[in-house]
Amino acid sequence: MFLTERERLRDELVELADRFGRSRGALLFILQEVQNRYYSISEYAMQVIADLLDIHPVEVHSVVSFYSFLNERPQGQFVIRLCRTITCDMAGKDQVARQLENDLGITFGQTTPDGKFSLEWAHCLGMCDQGPAMLVNQRVYTRVTPEKIHGILQECRQRFGVHAVADGKELPQ
Amino acid sequence: MTDTSPHESAHTRAPASQRSRTAEMLEHAKRLGKMIPVTIDGNPIEVPLGTSVLEAAQRLGIRIPTLCYHEDLCLAGVCRVCVVQIEGQRTLQAACSYPITAPINVSTHTAKVRRARRHVIDLLLSAHVGECYTCSRNNHCELQDLAAEYGVDAFRFGRRETRRYPIDASSHAVVRDMDKCVLCRRCVRTCIDLQEVGVLEALRRGARTKIGTFMDKPLGSVVCISCGQCINRCPTGALRANDPTDDVWDAIDDPDKHVVIQTAPSPRAAIGECFGLEPGNAITFKLNSALRRCGFDRVFDTNFAADLTIMEEGVELLLRLKRALVDRDSTAALPQLTSCSPGWVKFLEHFYPEYIPNLSTAKSPQQMFGALLKTYYTDLNGLDPRNVVTVALMPCSAKKFECNRPEMCASGFKDVDYGLTTRELGKMIREAGVDPLKLPKSDFDDPFGTATGSGVIFGTTGGVMEAALRTVLELVTGLKVEKFFDHADIVPVRGFEGVRHVEIPVTQVGPVPPLVAHLFNNWKWLKGATLKVGVAHGTANAKKVMEDVKAGGQFSQCHFIEFMACPGGCLGGGGQPTPTSPAIRAARAKAIYAEDRSYTIRKSHENPAILKVYDEFLTDGPCGHRSHKLLHTTYTPRGKYIE
Repeated sequence: MFLTERERLRDELVELADRFGRSRGALLFILQEVQNRYYSISEYAMQVIADLLDIHPVEVHSVVSFYSFLNERPQGQFVIRLCRTITCDMAGKDQVARQLENDLGITFGQTTPDGKFSLEWAHCLGMCDQGPAMLVNQRVYTRVTPEKIHGILQECRQRFGVHAVADGKELPQ
Repeated sequence: MTDTSPHESAHTRAPASQRSRTAEMLEHAKRLGKMIPVTIDGNPIEVPLGTSVLEAAQRLGIRIPTLCYHEDLCLAGVCRVCVVQIEGQRTLQAACSYPITAPINVSTHTAKVRRARRHVIDLLLSAHVGECYTCSRNNHCELQDLAAEYGVDAFRFGRRETRRYPIDASSHAVVRDMDKCVLCRRCVRTCIDLQEVGVLEALRRGARTKIGTFMDKPLGSVVCISCGQCINRCPTGALRANDPTDDVWDAIDDPDKHVVIQTAPSPRAAIGECFGLEPGNAITFKLNSALRRCGFDRVFDTNFAADLTIMEEGVELLLRLKRALVDRDSTAALPQLTSCSPGWVKFLEHFYPEYIPNLSTAKSPQQMFGALLKTYYTDLNGLDPRNVVTVALMPCSAKKFECNRPEMCASGFKDVDYGLTTRELGKMIREAGVDPLKLPKSDFDDPFGTATGSGVIFGTTGGVMEAALRTVLELVTGLKVEKFFDHADIVPVRGFEGVRHVEIPVTQVGPVPPLVAHLFNNWKWLKGATLKVGVAHGTANAKKVMEDVKAGGQFSQCHFIEFMACPGGCLGGGGQPTPTSPAIRAARAKAIYAEDRSYTIRKSHENPAILKVYDEFLTDGPCGHRSHKLLHTTYTPRGKYIE
C-alpha cells in the first residue's frame, strides 16, 4: 500500500471514529463500515482503529476474527455463503455445493484467482423452511438447486462492470 | 502494602463510563459495608455485600479448586472448575464470579458438584496435549494438580495427541506452545489489564479459539516487552521462558571455557521456593556453593554492577540537572527515567519512543557487569575474552532479550552470553544433584566480592530510587544520609502502591567529592532545591505516569522517575518461581530489605570495589569517556505499529 493510500485510509477512519465515538463501544460499527467499504479489514486499518479507540490492535483483531462477516484478508467481490446446517443439508445442499465448486473451480474457503468469487460455509441463515439457502454478499437465495447456480453466477458477473452496483452500493475499482 | 487488589483491577478493561450498572452498584454497596449472612457447607459467616462465594469460602478455610481465577487479575469465570451449588438455583454457579447479594446456602462438594468438576477437568484434558514428562511445568502444573486432586484415572473424553499449532520460539524471552493451552485467558488478562501491553488475545471462536498475537504474528515481531508476567500466571506449560540451560551446560563442560555467573538479588530471595522453602527466605551464600558445585568457575554478585549503575546513573542525573539549572540548556531531558528494567525499556521504545532522550543512557547492572567482565576482569586475570562465557542469573525473561540486543557488545564480544531465570537455574542445580539448602555458605569471588545494601534493594520497587538517593544526597550534602533518614532507610519511596511521588528538599550542600570533581565546581546551584522523584512498577502504572508526564502533570515536574516493568519490581519478575501472588511478592521484598540491613556498607559510592574500578580501570571517572564506551548505551525507537 502506498503512503498516500494509507493516509487516505487513516483520514477515513478518523472520520468514522468521530462519527461513532472514540470508545471501545464504537468498535463494531466502525468495523462493519470498513468491511462494507473495502470488503476486508486490513492489518493497517486494525492498528489505526485501535490507536483511535485507545485499545490494543490485538483486541481489534480478536473481534474481527470472531465474526464470520468481518474479514481480515481480501475476499472476492462476491462472497457466496452456503448454509450447511441440518435442514439445508437434508434439502440437498451437497449437490448445490458441488455445482458451485464445479462452476467456480475452487473449494470452500477459497477465492477465485480473478478475485471475483469467494466460497464460504454459513451456519444457519434462518431460512430453514426454504432450504437450501445461500447468501451472495447481502442477498439471500432460497430453494437453490444446482440448475439455478449458473444463472446466479452469471447475474453476478454481469453486475461486475465499471458502473456495476452490488447490493445498492457502488463497487470500488 | 498490597498490590492492586483484584477488585480495583476488575474493571480496568472498561472505562468508568462503560461499566455495567450492576457491577458499579455492587462496588458502591461494598463500600457501604453492608454485611450479608451466608452458609457454606453448613458453616455460617457474614460477608460484605458483593463478596464472591470463593472469597467467602476462603475465609472459612474451605477449599474450592480454581483454574482461571488469579489473585492479581480481573475475574473471567471461564473455566468452570470452581462450580458450586446454591440452594434454590437450578444450575451450578462459578464461585469465583458469583457475588453474594442475598443470604444464600452454598454447598461446595455435593455429588452434582463433584461430577460437574470431574467433567470440566476431563474436558480440559481432552483438548490439552499433555506431554507431562517433557513439559517444563512437570510437577508444578496447575492442570496436573487438578487432575490429581480429582482422581482423574482415564481420559473420558479422549485426549489430543496430534499437534495443531507450531511452537513459537521467535522471542528471545517467551516460548508459546499453544497445544498445551487450556484457554483460561490468564495471559490475556495479564497482558491487557495487569501490564497494559496488549499482545495476547483470544482469536477466532468455538473449537477454533486460540490465544494469539496481532494477526497471529510470531511473538518476536509484535510489541511484546518480554516481561514474562504471562509465564508466571500460566497454569500449564503453554508459556515458558526460552531456556538456554543446554548451552550453559555445554560451556561448563568445555574445558577451554571460563564460565562466570553473576547472581541478582531477586532470584536469591526466591530460588529457595524451587527447593521447598517458604517465600521470603534468601539463600544467597548457600547458592554460591551450589553454583560452584554445578561447575561455574567464578561466582559474582550483580550488586557490584548495581552499585556501578547507581554511580553512573546518579552522576548522569546531576549532570542533567546542572545542564538544566545552571546552563539553562533546554535539551537537557528531564525527568530522567531509569533504564535498569529491560521490559520497561522496550515498553518505552514501543509506546513512548519520543521519550528516549529522557531514558538514562546507563546500562542495566547485568550489561555493565558483562562489559566489565570481558574487559577489566579478563585483563586482570590474563584471560582471552573469547574463552570467557558470562552467564547472568536474573529474575527476568526480558534480560534474555536485553543480552541479545545488538547494542550490547561494548567489549567487542557479546557482553552477556546467557541470561538464566531463577526457575532455569533451579533446574540446573537439581540436575547436578545438589541440594543448596544443605550446603555450607560461601562468599562471592574477588575482585568484585564486596557489595552494598544499595545493590540488593535494586530487586524491589523503589529500590533503585532509594539507592540513587542515598548516593546523590551524600555526594551533594557531604553529610551521612542517616542524618535525614533513620538507618538510611528512605521509607517514602518504599511500598507497593503502584505509583509514588516523593519530594526531598536539599537543605544544605557540601564540598564536591574528588570522584566527581572533574565534572562539577560546586553544588551551590542545588542549595534549597527540592528533588522531586517518582516510582512506578508494573507497566500499567508506568503508562499512567507517562501519560501524566505527557499531559504536563505532577510527574512532568519530577527530576528522576524509577520504572520497573513487573508488579513489585524484579522480585515479581517473569523468571521467578511460580506461582506468584501479592503475599509471595511481599515476602520476597521483606527478604530483600532484610539483606540490605545485614550489610555493613549500604551505599554504592562507599563500595571499595567500585572505588577500585574507578581508580584502576575507568580512570576518567563516572560518565567519563571510557565508562561511556562500556557502561552506557543507546536505544531504538520501535513504535507500536507493526508492518
